[in-house]
Amino acid sequence: MKSLPSRLPLLISISAALALGACGKNEPAAPTSAAPTGSAETAAPLIVKLGHSAPLTGPQAHIGKDTEYGAQMAVDDVNAANIQIGGRTLKIELMGEDDQADPKQGTIVAQKFVDAKVNAVIGHMNSGTTLPASVTYANAGIPQVSASATNPEYTKRGYKTAFRVMTNDEAQGKVLGEFAAGKLAAKNIAVIDDKTQYGEGIANEFRKAAEAKGAKIVATEHTDDKAVDFAAILTKIKATKPDLIFFGGMDPQAAPMSMQMQKLGLKAVLLMGDGGCTADFLKNAGTSAEGQYCSKPGVPTEQMPGGPAFIAKYKAKYNAPIQLYAPYAYDAVMVVVEAIKRAGSADSAAILAELPKTQYKGVTTDIAFDEKGDIKDAAVTLYVAKGGQWQQVETVGGKAAAPAAEAAPAAK
Amino acid sequence: MQDLKKKVLGTALIGVALAILPFLIGMGFGNAWIRMLDFALLYIMLALGLNIVVGFAGLLDLGYIAFYAVGAYVYALLASPHFGLHWPLWAILPIGALVAGVFGMVLGAPTLRLRGDYLAIVTLGFGEIIRIFLNNLNAPVNITNGPKGIAGIDPLTKSIDLFGFQLNSLYLNYYLFVVLALLIVVVTMRLEDSRLGRAWVAIREDEIAAKACGINTRNVKLLAFAMGASFGGVAGGLFAGFQQFVSPESFGLFESIMVLCMVVLGGMGNIPGVILGAVVLTVLPEVFRQWAGPMQMALFGQTYIDPESMRLLLFGIALILVMRFRPMGLLPSSRRKAEFEHAAEEGAQA
Amino acid sequence: METFVQQLINGLTLGSIYALVALGYTMVYGILGLINFAHGEVVMTGALIALAVCKALLATALPPLLILLIGLTVAAAACMALGWTIERIAYRPLRNAPRLAPLITAIGVSIVLQQLAMLFWGRSYHSVPALLPETTYDILGARISAVQIVIMLAAAISMAGLIVLVQRSKMGRAMRATAEKPEVAALMGVDANRIISLTFIIGSALAALAGVLVSANYGIAHYQMGFLLGLKAFTAAVLGGIGNIGGAVLGGILLGVIEAMGAGYIGDLTGGVLGSNYQDVFSFMVLIAVLVFRPSGLMGEKVSERA
Repeated sequence: MKSLPSRLPLLISISAALALGACGKNEPAAPTSAAPTGSAETAAPLIVKLGHSAPLTGPQAHIGKDTEYGAQMAVDDVNAANIQIGGRTLKIELMGEDDQADPKQGTIVAQKFVDAKVNAVIGHMNSGTTLPASVTYANAGIPQVSASATNPEYTKRGYKTAFRVMTNDEAQGKVLGEFAAGKLAAKNIAVIDDKTQYGEGIANEFRKAAEAKGAKIVATEHTDDKAVDFAAILTKIKATKPDLIFFGGMDPQAAPMSMQMQKLGLKAVLLMGDGGCTADFLKNAGTSAEGQYCSKPGVPTEQMPGGPAFIAKYKAKYNAPIQLYAPYAYDAVMVVVEAIKRAGSADSAAILAELPKTQYKGVTTDIAFDEKGDIKDAAVTLYVAKGGQWQQVETVGGKAAAPAAEAAPAAK
Repeated sequence: MQDLKKKVLGTALIGVALAILPFLIGMGFGNAWIRMLDFALLYIMLALGLNIVVGFAGLLDLGYIAFYAVGAYVYALLASPHFGLHWPLWAILPIGALVAGVFGMVLGAPTLRLRGDYLAIVTLGFGEIIRIFLNNLNAPVNITNGPKGIAGIDPLTKSIDLFGFQLNSLYLNYYLFVVLALLIVVVTMRLEDSRLGRAWVAIREDEIAAKACGINTRNVKLLAFAMGASFGGVAGGLFAGFQQFVSPESFGLFESIMVLCMVVLGGMGNIPGVILGAVVLTVLPEVFRQWAGPMQMALFGQTYIDPESMRLLLFGIALILVMRFRPMGLLPSSRRKAEFEHAAEEGAQA
Repeated sequence: METFVQQLINGLTLGSIYALVALGYTMVYGILGLINFAHGEVVMTGALIALAVCKALLATALPPLLILLIGLTVAAAACMALGWTIERIAYRPLRNAPRLAPLITAIGVSIVLQQLAMLFWGRSYHSVPALLPETTYDILGARISAVQIVIMLAAAISMAGLIVLVQRSKMGRAMRATAEKPEVAALMGVDANRIISLTFIIGSALAALAGVLVSANYGIAHYQMGFLLGLKAFTAAVLGGIGNIGGAVLGGILLGVIEAMGAGYIGDLTGGVLGSNYQDVFSFMVLIAVLVFRPSGLMGEKVSERA
């Protein structure tokens, strides 16, 4: 009954952060690079351990594995490049763990990483596991970079160890609100959320941004992440005659919601965040999907600066399509490696000192962090359902692609 | 005299074993397993609390996890940046136990006339109501921070230097949990043999007869709810400080069902049985999960069933099999066992 | 007015679904005094089997209604077999065991069925093809679809059929006798085991029907769809007085209407302090209030002492 699987797509998207954090206060057992101490003059390789945590079993296993593959690819590339740090060859070992997308398991995995004295952690994949684990890393002074945890709270706790290379929910909600009131010219908007961290978070940011642009919120309703019957709240919303409904939640709810709107004769556009931006939504919402809008953080993989090359390489290596976050996990590892290069050391503290100064041209975009550890100038792409496909409408923000018309809302 | 000596010796041995256990586990399997051990201890406390309500008093409670949630949120609100309060552990735990106990009584009161399955569904409802409130009390006034949960909770313990020997907070937490779990064990054992404990059993066996014997069934039932709830509250407070993060999703119905399974599977009403049930159901699924994948790989060279579903599948089958062959639980209480065998004989004669 | 009528229709549809599932709970409870927690999983299995059959037949030129009927028949047969098996494996050996033991096996069966369904049909949500006509009718400005009408009719007919079966037929008399006291019924020449098996089979056939109608109404099916539905239906059965056939339907309809009205009007009633997020709190409060004044539910008989 635990709700872990229900909001996978979203959470997943954000969590692969490479949290590289060092905690200023305690000088805990600083995980030094586990190089044998004796033989400094012979070029013993400098071994750096990176932890990677994602659900490798359970409903999100395929996405977790994809993230791990992305990180592994980066590790292999780095090891093949013979990078010299202080006269020694950099050799990275990736320690992949399964947190089952369960917060409790997440902290157990975090403990394992601390025990193993990893130099940095890539992950976790889900916001639900990333948040409690970040406490453990902050206490141990281990940098953490998530490639997919989108919950804004993650970087708001003030931990110096928490970073992410993915657009957070606040940034996405803001873009969605501006899009609804701007490009879609919606005047009267109804907002529904599923009362989860993700759904409520993105809906609140949406509301703020839409109201700031002059739209009127005519109804606010809630459901939960297991519901299938939305007739009652949709009937209530219908009476307020909105021209757009925003739903903060996942596709298992979004698809029947879209169908029930059609049945009730509720003629408003449905706009969703990345939780509804899936192939499953198109499949399950049937004819009612046509003309609905959604958004995804980041740029479509094909349009990333290093996108096409990455897709080809990934395909050649794993003979599988990219699920979601592999390129972000790749960048997360690379950001850590760049920090090691600049610091000339793989100590967690040294990596931590360098991470905030990151200026890295990654596969996904140009990566730099703001003072909280969020990616600067985060991109969000909007889509519309046409003929059974999600078609790109526009990309907002980001260095990489497309007509970045307005300055992207910097991650807050 | 001999007996007393044996008892003292036995207690001392258990004490020493519990004291060095984390070091053995830490060395053998790594510190992550100490965390697992800590969770097992939390579940032991929970299961013992529920055992008072279900095992002793015979009141089927399907919403027990709500009291765990109450305890956890009391700790979270009083020791986190959320309200800027940072009260010490020893002050919060009793408050958490008290608040949870009051909740237990308040929720118990309307259910006094209900029995069996009617009671089950009402307690289930209360459990859900509390979770829904925790999930929604972030507006109009932000009390619980809603689905985002409360992060940055003060840790239970901080690592200390003991004569130059560094004692990790992980070990300190373990000792704290062991001490509190032992305290709860002793309290429940004393309760079981007390006048109150016998009154509970009387109500469980026959409420009307109990009433006729002069037992104030209302007060005695409310006390069962309150005591069970307060143990849950203590465990909840420890959970919050241990995770340093709480959110409503940790307190779903499935958790209530899990704790109930621990009590029933281990042996309702029997303290060692309940402890065994809690340990088995915390550790076993983890073992399943770690072995299911590699085992399939070794046998078939391929993973057919995802280890996570394998874990649940085996868990479900285990529940059926244990109840099928040991309907009184793994370690039944002697009193209940005697009753059951008696009843079975009668059944056979009929 | 239009909104109110629409909410009433929403509530009646939801309530009829709960009622159909609640009938299965109440049949088993009425005879064995046992909560068959796995009933929701039987509903799910019925829905997914019917879906698989229908999908396979869609390629043929058969008329949609016939495809649906074949799917339903196959699903009902499979669920009947499943119900019979569950009773034999998980409940019969425990008939003399303490009360909570069968509850735990029921939870075990529920978990096993969910996982097996997941292995067969995968984790993703399945879209259910529309086999019933998608016509909608206007009533006072509100909309009602053909599927919704079928659901309400199905609940009413099932209830009537069960009442006739239990109150008027010879088998029904045997059921009632077994419910009173299995040993005495046996002395009267009733094969109690057979009657109990039959009860499970009838309940499971109803579950298959409910599963098909639920998935047709929402257009999706999923291996976890049964659990929450089962829980709500169980709540409905308790509200109406568990063990009572009319009570199950009354409880189901009431719960459905309360949920719809709660979601629709709770905000206005509380001046906006509470919103539709408190919908479930609202329905549980009503349940608790009813049970405080009528501890055996709306139509239930006074429960006897049970150890």
